[in-house]
Amino acid sequence: MCTDNPGVWEYIANWARKHSIWVLAYGTGCGAIELPPTMTSRYDAERFGLRGAATPRQADLLIISGYLATKSLKRVIRTYEQMYDPKYVMALGSCTINGGMYWDSYNTIKKLDLYIPVDVYVAGCMPRPEAIIQGIISLQKRIEEGKAEGAKKYRENIEWYKKNQREVLGDDFLPDYTWNFEGGI
Amino acid sequence: MGMKILNIVAYPFIAFIVGMLYMGIARNIIGRIHRRWGPPVFQNLIDVFKLYRKREAGSHGVMFHLGPIIMVTGIVSCLYFVPLLNNGVWLKGFSFEGDLILVTYLMVLGSLGMALGVGQGGVPFGVMGVTRGLTRLIGLEIPYFIAIIVLMAHYNTASINKIMELQAGGITHWGMFKLPLAFIASLFSFWGMMGASPFDIPGAPQEVASGPATEFGGKYLALMMTSRGIFGFLKLTLWVDLFMGGAATILILIGKTFLLFLTVLFVSAVYSRFKVEQAVDFMWRYPTLIGLIALVIEMVR
Ligand code: SF4
Repeated sequence: MCTDNPGVWEYIANWARKHSIWVLAYGTGCGAIELPPTMTSRYDAERFGLRGAATPRQADLLIISGYLATKSLKRVIRTYEQMYDPKYVMALGSCTINGGMYWDSYNTIKKLDLYIPVDVYVAGCMPRPEAIIQGIISLQKRIEEGKAEGAKKYRENIEWYKKNQREVLGDDFLPDYTWNFEGGI
Repeated sequence: MGMKILNIVAYPFIAFIVGMLYMGIARNIIGRIHRRWGPPVFQNLIDVFKLYRKREAGSHGVMFHLGPIIMVTGIVSCLYFVPLLNNGVWLKGFSFEGDLILVTYLMVLGSLGMALGVGQGGVPFGVMGVTRGLTRLIGLEIPYFIAIIVLMAHYNTASINKIMELQAGGITHWGMFKLPLAFIASLFSFWGMMGASPFDIPGAPQEVASGPATEFGGKYLALMMTSRGIFGFLKLTLWVDLFMGGAATILILIGKTFLLFLTVLFVSAVYSRFKVEQAVDFMWRYPTLIGLIALVIEMVR
């Protein structure tokens, strides 16, 4: 579990994690349209062990595909918190990086990293399937090196993340039990 | 003594590894049918290992915790009554007169344990999946039971081992050629029980978000996948034992089960999913009719 000095088991586990990434695609923006070609015959992401997950409980990777309205941000946070550690987040498109073409919109967020820990950003408007696969490969590298520890980061900096989330969501906020698994759910 | 223990320990492991590899091969072949490369054949083993190594798994209470465990226990204890090989002392399982009936009972124990666990999870998708699964079971079991009754009447025994022995001596003695109609009727149930596509009603990801498995993640899901792998191989072996003369060596067993598995695969790659009532309707109509004809022929003979 400790990443500075991973044991043999952790090493093998990271290898397995790298080759078996189950994807929960959250189609918030236009980028979602590039995900089906990534998974199907032409680009065949299943070669890398990628596979669609039906529910957050089973998923490893959450793909945020584009701009996030504050309303969908709330759902994204809830979904992210329901996933089990280790979990990764990939953000597609300029909109998740700096707002993209929605930079002065009144109801979208600009930088996803402020609300949940992002492992890889894929730039572009919109990124092609090749770019997504490139992103997956760099995520695999991070997993292998034991650097993809988003869940740990989220737990350690929970105060900061919750403060940022509260700033956009206001009083319309999520209950604690969605992220705190300590005493069971 | 040592050999006996080894025999018992080897049983679930062989079933698990072979079952998982079959599922991986299925994914790969389906990929080829879609004209893509598909994952490596050992992909499912990697998936299971990864799931066992997940650091968290939320539980909703004791029954939720026990559901997958009852599933694995039920399936493994069922496995011990299905002989993998038909002569020698290796991998013969426990057999007694009437074990076919016991196996038929134990085969549903796993799903029932699962249903209890899902109930405590309280997810509507899970409950829907269980309901759909149990409804489907009503359809699947009728032709299967009829085929089993024909088989028991024909060989005048309810012991899987005896049935295998009576089929010895050449391909013409196999149950599938002696009782072709019963075999065809049971084959439809078999496809259904294997979760092949026209009958993959309970865990339809597009409709009920993977049904009973919805709320299960991490180690619970790993246990469910483990038991799915073991159960798949168990059913393949049971059908080989009952209708294809059993197997003398492990290689023959793998050959025969793989042939049977290919029928499942090709059916599921081509057909789309039935609705719940369509599946039950279909099962009660054609396979049941074929099974009843086989029963009448058997009674007249
Ligand atoms: S980055 Fe471009 S393609 Fe992606 S969501 Fe924003 S506007 Fe749409």
